Amino acid sequence: MKTLVIAEHDNSRLATATLNAVMAATRFEGEIDVLLAGHGCEAAVAQAQTLAGVTRVLKVEAAHYAEPLAENLAALVQQVASTGGYRAVLFGASSFGKNIAPRVAALLDVAAVSDVVAITAPGRYERPIYAGNVMVNIESEQALDVLTVRTTAFDAVAEGGSAALEELAAGPDLALSRVIGRELSKSERPELGAAAIVVSGGRGLGSGENYHAVLEPLADALGAALGASRAAVDAGFVPNDYQVGQTGKIVAPGLYVAVGISGAIQHLAGMKDSKVIVAINKDPDAPIFQVADYGLVADLFEAVPALTSSL
Amino acid sequence: MKILVPIKRVVDYNVKVRVKSDQSGVELAGVKMSINPFDEIAVEEAVRLREAGTATEVVAVSCGISASQETLRNALAMGADRAILVETDAELQPLAVAKLLQAVAEREQPQMVICGKQAIDDDANQTGQMLAALMGWPQATFASKVVIDGAVVRVTREIDGGLETIELKMPALVTADLRLNEPRYATLPNIMKAKKKPLEVLAAAELGVDITPRLRHVRHAEPAARKGGVKVADVAELVNKLRNEAKVI
Ligand SMILES: Cc1cc2nc3c(=O)[nH]c(=O)nc-3n(C[C@H](O)[C@H](O)[C@H](O)COP(=O)(O)OP(=O)(O)OC[C@H]3O[C@@H](n4cnc5c(N)ncnc54)[C@H](O)[C@@H]3O)c2cc1C
Ligand SMILES: Nc1ncnc2c1ncn2[C@@H]1O[C@H](COP(=O)(O)O)[C@@H](O)[C@H]1O
Repeated sequence: MKTLVIAEHDNSRLATATLNAVMAATRFEGEIDVLLAGHGCEAAVAQAQTLAGVTRVLKVEAAHYAEPLAENLAALVQQVASTGGYRAVLFGASSFGKNIAPRVAALLDVAAVSDVVAITAPGRYERPIYAGNVMVNIESEQALDVLTVRTTAFDAVAEGGSAALEELAAGPDLALSRVIGRELSKSERPELGAAAIVVSGGRGLGSGENYHAVLEPLADALGAALGASRAAVDAGFVPNDYQVGQTGKIVAPGLYVAVGISGAIQHLAGMKDSKVIVAINKDPDAPIFQVADYGLVADLFEAVPALTSSL
Repeated sequence: MKILVPIKRVVDYNVKVRVKSDQSGVELAGVKMSINPFDEIAVEEAVRLREAGTATEVVAVSCGISASQETLRNALAMGADRAILVETDAELQPLAVAKLLQAVAEREQPQMVICGKQAIDDDANQTGQMLAALMGWPQATFASKVVIDGAVVRVTREIDGGLETIELKMPALVTADLRLNEPRYATLPNIMKAKKKPLEVLAAAELGVDITPRLRHVRHAEPAARKGGVKVADVAELVNKLRNEAKVI
């Protein structure tokens, strides 16, 4: 059962979501190929070759793969997937994977399965629906499945492999779209999706200034990543990529500290698989307390500084 | 320029859904249904483009059961000019919806389709990308800003690391994210006016596309509930528990 994992990368490093997708591919118990299309992507290719369990890295080099544009990439993946004898094509369920996987599936005329959290056998998948309030078991008799896999459900594969390198010819440059700008939020903190501890703030913080003044010292003391509810992002406290939830990032750290967050189901969808949840909220009836292992009913402006200074 | 906006009727986002006792799906009887929140944002964006004079017509289209007409009337009350229901009682998966929408788009010849980024029932986040593939159009998913400039559209997208702006040749497909705009409330006069706007019903079977489900949803279950935790009295007790009981700090 050969599988094909589509690498997400910036030409120098693989995104961690790809390491999780390779782990998911190991559930098919066959050869794993990683397709890496890029421009000046030798370093990313070399890293992909070290991933445990990978048989081949299929490198495709062309200027029109410098950016991960959906149209060009999907056309290439369709071509590779339909000729390689694969049982499944896997992407990490990141914004990259969610953007491209369905396009690939439609080109191949197959259904796609989003946000897979378990693979019990080839064609047997489990995924959440209704913001994680329902889990559904899916059976596919398709010859080829296209999957995005939830990164929190599969560990990252280790390095130590030595995959063969194969170069493939580039697909066409469809020239339908181009990237004209990118604003990436810079942070010295651990990546939200992969952090061991996450400190998240909600509307209760009241302002962006408060968010930073109150939560950053706590995150510094814990070595944590910072996250937020949708209300905090919509109000402009922090950038969009801080959002945790049904439509934001899915996280499952060892410790999640929710500060001034009420616990709407759309927020819980993104964090309820965390190992330990702490909630600090002044409303004793806030729904977040129903999922919190440790709940502290308090004014966050007193409790958080006190917590920070006692660490 | 004509804009097509696909909208889905879904369980309202405030409803806590329950799995049916035979695990075949979720209980829909007597449950409040609404327009998918992302689709409401898509309608708003299209209507704003028409109000700005950039678009000339906004057509809302939904695939599904007859009751989806209500959802289409919502879109008409928000300002869509007319609506199309592609009616079927069959189970529709995203690939099938994309094929039905493709058939409608081929008839209507829009310059742009604005979908929601995901339906909050199946959480698939697939249909827009699939439709773009079938049409051979460029796509901009997770849009938080859309600017049309002659024959191109510039879209700012919410991506994992922040924001990205891409330029697409038209015709193009956009999927709306939460921060694209804040949808208006339909006013009573507009709700009344919407009743008179054209709503065409097409039988899905007449569009000549294969809508057979490709996947079987064999068993639905509620996820294991988290064990209720404890309330701590103060910060000192919290720190103590995290250090000595949970051992996470
Ligand atoms: C389609 C859709 C998708 C969505 N996706 C997401 C998503 O991905 N992520 C997400 O988070 N939300 C999402 N939402 C929004 C969600 O429904 C909630 O509106 C949102 O999570 C609320 O954010 P909040 O908890 O910060 O704000 P609120 O619900 O307003 O809660 C603020 C909390 O702060 C507490 N508080 C206030 N002051 C203090 C103080 N001084 N000390 C202590 N506590 C205080 C209050 O008691 C309250 O509980 C989505 C909604 C929809 C419709
Ligand atoms: N049955 C449907 N009828 C019309 N549009 C739909 C339908 N299902 C999905 N869509 C559109 O596709 C988007 C993404 O849906 P999904 O791929 O199911 O998450 C939705 O936000 C709608 O814009």
